[in-house]
Amino acid sequence: MNTLRVLGGIVINSVERVGRAAMFLYEVLLGSWELLRRFYLVVQQVYAVGVLTLLIILVSGLFVGMVLGLQGYNTLVKFGSANSLGLLVALSLVRELGPVVTALLFAGRAGSALTAEIGLMKATEQLAGMEMMAVNPVTRVIAPRFLGGVIAMPLLTALFSAIGVMGGHLVGVGLLGVDAGAFWSQMQNGVDFHDDIMNGVIKSVVFGVVVTWISVFEGYDAVPTSEGVASATNRTVVYSSLAVLGLDFILTALTLGEV
Amino acid sequence: MINRKSLELWVGLFVAAGILALAMLAFKVGNLTSADVMDGYKVTARFDNVGGLKVKAAVTMAGVRIGRVSAIAFDNKKYQALVTMDIDGRYQNIPKDSSASILTSGLLGDQYVGIEPGGDEASLQNGDSFLRTQSALVLEKLVGQVIFNKAGESAPAK
Amino acid sequence: MNQPSHSTPDSDVLVDIRDIHFTYGDRPILKGITLPIRRGKVTAIMGGSGCGKTTLMNLIGGRIKPSRGTLTVDGESVPDLRTRELFELRKRMGMLFQTGALLTDLSVFENVAFPIREHTKLPESILRKVVLMKLETVGLRGARDLMPSELSGGMARRVALARAIALEPMMIMYDEPFTGLDPISKGVIAKLIRQLNQSLGITSIVVSHDVAETCMISDYAYLVGDGRIMGEGTPTEVQKSGSEHVRQFMDGLPDGPVPYQYPADDYVTDLTRSIA
Repeated sequence: MNTLRVLGGIVINSVERVGRAAMFLYEVLLGSWELLRRFYLVVQQVYAVGVLTLLIILVSGLFVGMVLGLQGYNTLVKFGSANSLGLLVALSLVRELGPVVTALLFAGRAGSALTAEIGLMKATEQLAGMEMMAVNPVTRVIAPRFLGGVIAMPLLTALFSAIGVMGGHLVGVGLLGVDAGAFWSQMQNGVDFHDDIMNGVIKSVVFGVVVTWISVFEGYDAVPTSEGVASATNRTVVYSSLAVLGLDFILTALTLGEV
Repeated sequence: MINRKSLELWVGLFVAAGILALAMLAFKVGNLTSADVMDGYKVTARFDNVGGLKVKAAVTMAGVRIGRVSAIAFDNKKYQALVTMDIDGRYQNIPKDSSASILTSGLLGDQYVGIEPGGDEASLQNGDSFLRTQSALVLEKLVGQVIFNKAGESAPAK
Repeated sequence: MNQPSHSTPDSDVLVDIRDIHFTYGDRPILKGITLPIRRGKVTAIMGGSGCGKTTLMNLIGGRIKPSRGTLTVDGESVPDLRTRELFELRKRMGMLFQTGALLTDLSVFENVAFPIREHTKLPESILRKVVLMKLETVGLRGARDLMPSELSGGMARRVALARAIALEPMMIMYDEPFTGLDPISKGVIAKLIRQLNQSLGITSIVVSHDVAETCMISDYAYLVGDGRIMGEGTPTEVQKSGSEHVRQFMDGLPDGPVPYQYPADDYVTDLTRSIA
């Protein structure tokens, strides 16, 4: 009986949280509208969320591409189709690894920082202070961070994939001796702009919205104590990662859904 | 906090690099340049069997890509596959009696449509169709044939 | 709207709080408080920790709505205001938070400039003058380029005060302005509250449990306890009050109407009870 009650409590709580998060998103979107006139606030956040995440994205992208080159070569060479290495590297990056790994890294690097920052602003009464100065913190603090994340994610993803392809080229052509011409031409023949690249771009936009949304909401909804902020940061990383992986499956299933 | 000028510079660099990366993906990795058929015209062909041909597969002539498959449909009356192709507008002079066949690139590669030119003076127009076609090679049938032939050869020797 | 009450409403009253009840969850925090605050005066609201003083401030600022009762600020009923009107009203209210609540990513100058930048379109040269004037008022003109993390507690509160007066409000609410400060800083803040009240005529509400400093600067004091008004009057009147509750608070007695013990079972039975 008690277990059932606990279960019910959990369900009610989570539904309430989802509801609050949805209301919050609506408010943030309203606030984003007003930000078009003060775009510098967004630019600042693109710097904080995007530029400062750049290094980890570039390094990871390079290594993921290089590993794909090595692994792919070893498998493909068994079938005598090492020339398709470029295709394999590019497709894996553009369709899957680029958007997903970028989103996961983004959640860990930028998302957790966003949550902690907003949570601490709440804990130190900075948000309340703004409210009392007749400044809406959702418009002034949350919306620029949200837009910054949404803008930065597709760009970071593109950079990740692009540098990953270079990494694959470095290993495949430079180290393992795959023919450079074949590497690129197979890639160009196999990678379709609409089906593969746009698919990746759409994924990155969706992930950008979801991860940033979770990050700012967890920060805004955090219990204003150091423990509360810590657990909110933790939740951001866990929920974002789960959401990214789950959505990735759904988006892939939708786009692959034959033809 | 970083000052406004260098912040703007960094963000500008970041956005430019991101867009550049996207462009590289589109043009160098993807096939945005070659995939798009420019002011193309449509021709159709009927095949007994299209095998594994897919929409967007290449249409080539002498090995050069001149268009792509835009639709594959089943003709309910003739029990044949109806393949519609977009041919690039630059290639207007394909003889009317050319033949289309479904070929495979390499042993395991994708299937594509290859066009063998005929000798007709008149060329294919928008909406025309190929009269001579050759279906895809279906591996099972091929294997079946080989075994059948082998069996035929070895039978009298018994 | 108005109900009969012991004090008649007049234009002299800036913040009129009548019979306010507030419940948080099932827990009643305020149980019927009537508390008029006069224009141009320094009014103190004193009480023990957790007696609902901060709740009262949040009610005045419109951040929460009362369960029952009326609350008007400058003639406007705060709980009935729509967001836009509430924001207009808040531009005329300053609030000094306990922690200062400075924006940690902005310098001292930018913190004071923040409300001005948000609400006006002053050209940069005039804005600079206004901000420096406000900083001069609190004696921190020289600290304009420091970041909030480089300030001491007292300095941070003075910067916050400069920010609170940036838009020249009609009233300022001080939430525990003396807590956690050294005697010198306490004195500085007390002097500033008095000075701002006298020179600019700003109505001040000081919520505090520091009896000495608060009595020194206030014109009128309310003592809140257990969600009710326990005593009121000028500081001297309050200090002489015979009420047991007021005495306990003013003299800092450990036991009295506010019990020392948190409600519990009998001590001996609790200790000798075997754990089932």
